[in-house]
Amino acid sequence: MAFASKSPWVIHYDGSSCNGCDIEVLATLCPGFDGERFGVVNTGNPKHADIFLVTGSVNEQNIGVVREIYDQMVEPKVVVACGICACSGGIFHDCYNVIGGVDKAIPVDVYAPGCAVRPEQLIDAIVAGVAKLDEKSAALAAARKGA
Amino acid sequence: MSLISTLIGTLLFALIAPAVGCLLAGLDRIVSARMQGRVGPPLLQPYYDVRKLFEKERASVNSVERVYVATALLFALLAGGIFFSGGNLLLCVFVITLSSLFFIMAAYSTRSPYAEVGAARETLQVMAYEPMVLLLAVGFYLAAGTFDVGDVLALDAPVITTIWLVFLGLLFILTIKLRKSPFDLSMSHHAHQEIVRGMTTEMSGPTLGLVEIMHWCENVLFLGWIGMFFVWGNPLSIILAVAVVLAVYFLEIWIDNNFARVKWQLMLKSAWAVALAAGGVNIAFLAFL
Amino acid sequence: MELSFGLLGFLIVFPLIVAALLLVVRQEAPRRIIVIAAAIVIAVASIALVLGNLGASTTLFALQSEAIDFVCTGISVAIAAVIIGFAVRYKNLWAGLLAAVQIVGTLVLEFVFAHEIEVPYGLYFDSLSLLMTFIIGVVGSGICVYALGYMEDFQAHEPEGAADRRPLFFALMFVFLSAMYVIVFSNNMEWMFTGWEVTTVCSFLLIGYTRTDEAIANAFRQIIMNLAGGIGFLAALYSCALTVGTFSFFEFLAIGVNSPAVVTLAVTALAFAGITKAAQMPFQTWLLGAMVAPTPTSALLHSSTMVKAGVFMLVKLAPVLSVAPAPAIMVMLVGGVTFALCSFMAISQSNAKRVLAYSTIANLGLITMCAGVGSPEAVWAACFLILFHAIAKSLLFLCVGTAEHHIGSRDIEDMDLLFDRMPRLARFMMLGIMAMFIAPFGMLMAKWATLVSFVDARQVALILILAFGSAATFMFWAKWLGKLAGIAGSPENVEGTVKPTEWAALLLMACLLVLACVFLPVISAAVVEPYIFTTYGALGQDISGDNLWLASLCTVVVVAVLFAGVNGRQKSRRVNVYLAGISRDNDSRSFQNALSGTAEASVRNWYMEAIFGESRIAPVGVVFNSLIMVVAFVVAFVVTPIVF
Repeated sequence: MAFASKSPWVIHYDGSSCNGCDIEVLATLCPGFDGERFGVVNTGNPKHADIFLVTGSVNEQNIGVVREIYDQMVEPKVVVACGICACSGGIFHDCYNVIGGVDKAIPVDVYAPGCAVRPEQLIDAIVAGVAKLDEKSAALAAARKGA
Repeated sequence: MSLISTLIGTLLFALIAPAVGCLLAGLDRIVSARMQGRVGPPLLQPYYDVRKLFEKERASVNSVERVYVATALLFALLAGGIFFSGGNLLLCVFVITLSSLFFIMAAYSTRSPYAEVGAARETLQVMAYEPMVLLLAVGFYLAAGTFDVGDVLALDAPVITTIWLVFLGLLFILTIKLRKSPFDLSMSHHAHQEIVRGMTTEMSGPTLGLVEIMHWCENVLFLGWIGMFFVWGNPLSIILAVAVVLAVYFLEIWIDNNFARVKWQLMLKSAWAVALAAGGVNIAFLAFL
Repeated sequence: MELSFGLLGFLIVFPLIVAALLLVVRQEAPRRIIVIAAAIVIAVASIALVLGNLGASTTLFALQSEAIDFVCTGISVAIAAVIIGFAVRYKNLWAGLLAAVQIVGTLVLEFVFAHEIEVPYGLYFDSLSLLMTFIIGVVGSGICVYALGYMEDFQAHEPEGAADRRPLFFALMFVFLSAMYVIVFSNNMEWMFTGWEVTTVCSFLLIGYTRTDEAIANAFRQIIMNLAGGIGFLAALYSCALTVGTFSFFEFLAIGVNSPAVVTLAVTALAFAGITKAAQMPFQTWLLGAMVAPTPTSALLHSSTMVKAGVFMLVKLAPVLSVAPAPAIMVMLVGGVTFALCSFMAISQSNAKRVLAYSTIANLGLITMCAGVGSPEAVWAACFLILFHAIAKSLLFLCVGTAEHHIGSRDIEDMDLLFDRMPRLARFMMLGIMAMFIAPFGMLMAKWATLVSFVDARQVALILILAFGSAATFMFWAKWLGKLAGIAGSPENVEGTVKPTEWAALLLMACLLVLACVFLPVISAAVVEPYIFTTYGALGQDISGDNLWLASLCTVVVVAVLFAGVNGRQKSRRVNVYLAGISRDNDSRSFQNALSGTAEASVRNWYMEAIFGESRIAPVGVVFNSLIMVVAFVVAFVVTPIVF
């Protein structure tokens, strides 16, 4: 029985987004969509979070930060790339300072493309992420039993 | 005899209070959501959260943080046990303060700048509400003639009739004790007005789960203090007390959702002013009349 | 009985012999042997006296001797002469003037009034004296042992070629102990006065030990205030001679309880003497200044001697204060205002010794309040406050002293990471701090009894003072505790060079503290309650035994957590702290800033200078308390009938 799927706490990091996706991420938690129906809470602290929502592409300046936040999250954890820039770099793909999507820095579990990504799609992505979370949680429990 | 009854009370409190506190927390989140025009999470959401936290990996910044938190939880349970087994109110106050101290030490021990800010603010919060809490005990003693909470069952009239001013003072600092906005300076349930996560910044997984459980138990205890004002010899008064407790809890949720966090200066000054006015006047009346 | 009398005499005379010996011995090795042996002998003799007389009521010993009277007068005059000598040398008018007044006063008293007054029972003890004996004998001599190691380090830190005054230092420490025994065992108030003055001059010399300008200035401030207190004592003796015609403390108190009006002036004057010695506002500055002295001096002044003589006097007066309103109100208000304001001011201090000093003054204020209330419960509380404060405060001073020598600072901000750098010492310090302000330790149990006694006495103002003062107490101790609790990586352990004598003394204090807290109900039954019973003929309603034992249980848990629970190896994965960006080094909390440089996060405690600053608060207390005392003396003059 995994409880991870019933209480996905998220942390949101704005890589180099134009703020379009960020506004949508926050809108997901607002009354209209009410992410808390599914237990989604925005924590603002990687040590409390289960799901890492990244918006915008990764560049030289922020790649360290993205990695650090990911490292400081406690297992089991899932990364959702929110918006096309986070997925692949989007229209900024060929900029001189852009490295690419979030997967250039950390392993990404769910890709949610869009410009900007819609709240419905984000909820879908989180639900997909939650399934991964359950898998990882079960794996962790098994590893703990084995050890 | 009372030593044994206290220990039994603590055991029972350790079993019942988390369940009650969890439901109250769930209620809080639903009511808050409705006040914001949302549907809100299921009633058992706090339970799911804590279960999840216990499933997470064990990681911490040092070896002692969890020990301190566990000790804080232990003393919170003991304080609840003392109170609900009808023990000494003053001892209950002291033990819950000891619990806060261990929690403060847990936050300081992490040496995270954010947690330290939270811990310093928590220390300040304790200083802000402590006078009123002590005056609560004194007022109760003057009204009931004893510090033993169990003796309210032998009273002819509830203590609220003589110490209603103290009750109002307690209501004011209850907002601090329940960690509700505008006085949730040290750790808030609302991410939007918190510096990272205040005292719990470095606490993750099971440690955070223990903190949540402690918070539930504390809430039950503090609401018990509220209920104590309305209980007397009549057994039906318990129902009245529960009704008042629920009303007060609703009031606290309403306050939580309608006020933004204040600065510490305002919290300290207003809490002390209220303690001096409400507690001081009421006690002076009881002592001299 | 014979044995007890012998022990009494031994405890007074033996430290003097040791002191004389220490003055002569100039080498380190023999000094160490003498001090350790003497400390053990004094501690054993004290414990023997206490254990042999558990539950004793007042026991008077017939001892009357013109010779001793003259010796005492001689000592008082000699002390004043020494002070005048220093006053001339350092050109301090006030000290010289007060000392001159004292010489004249003492001589006139002895040769005009006193030779007609006979005190057949010169010495006595009761359970309160026994409690004090225990504190002086065990805590006091523990500090002397600690001083061995400390002074060695201290001398090493002095500049090259500095004079080595350690023989005098150790001799003074032992004279101090002897003088304290004189104070707690003398029934003849003239002898007690001599002991009183000896403690004054000893602390004068100890505070001025380093002979720096600051030390000399502070020493003179101490001597001026305490000479004023001594003159208060002298005035009380005159008043006694004129109105009640006896110098027997026992009789004086008995007369006072029956007809308070007769002794009002004497009691007010004695209470004034006690207040100066206990460094209550407006006299708090002498104790704050005393911290320039080497730390063992501070420990001795704050815990087992000097200031405790002041509150001992006040607690002895408590039965009279409960029936004499003028001095009682003075004592209550002075103590109360001091407690609240000094607790507030402690918040604004970052110097560890200054925080300790303010906390001492505040706690003495609490004891003073209890004495002023004078009910059996209040005196019960006062006795425990004296005991626990003595042990916990000496532990803390010794910890701060050792920490200062090893981290090079006595600032609380510099004690960051002490938990890693000096693990054992930090735990002792944390224990001491917790024992000062938090349940279930004895100090707070005594505070609880204090609160109950104030409520029963319907002292609303004192209840409010206690409530707000205690809240401030939580603040300044908790933030210090937090500083100590911080852990990061594994910085270098600098504890290895702490001297074994220092560890021995620290361990002794810590063990005493824990035992006293756990066995509080037993101590209550064996020592404190007998005193209450013999003084009041009844026991006050105090905290029920079950609650005390529950507190003992909690004490065990806290101590277990502090010394065993936090030692375990970390089982969970170790992670870095969150620094909202890219961490560079976890131990120093440095991170990459916006310009890709390295920034270090640092956190300081809150001092809230704007609200709790000394310059805001101290004048209020000084003015208020001075007025109270002036009014009390005026009332006392009016009330007391003068008999010629």
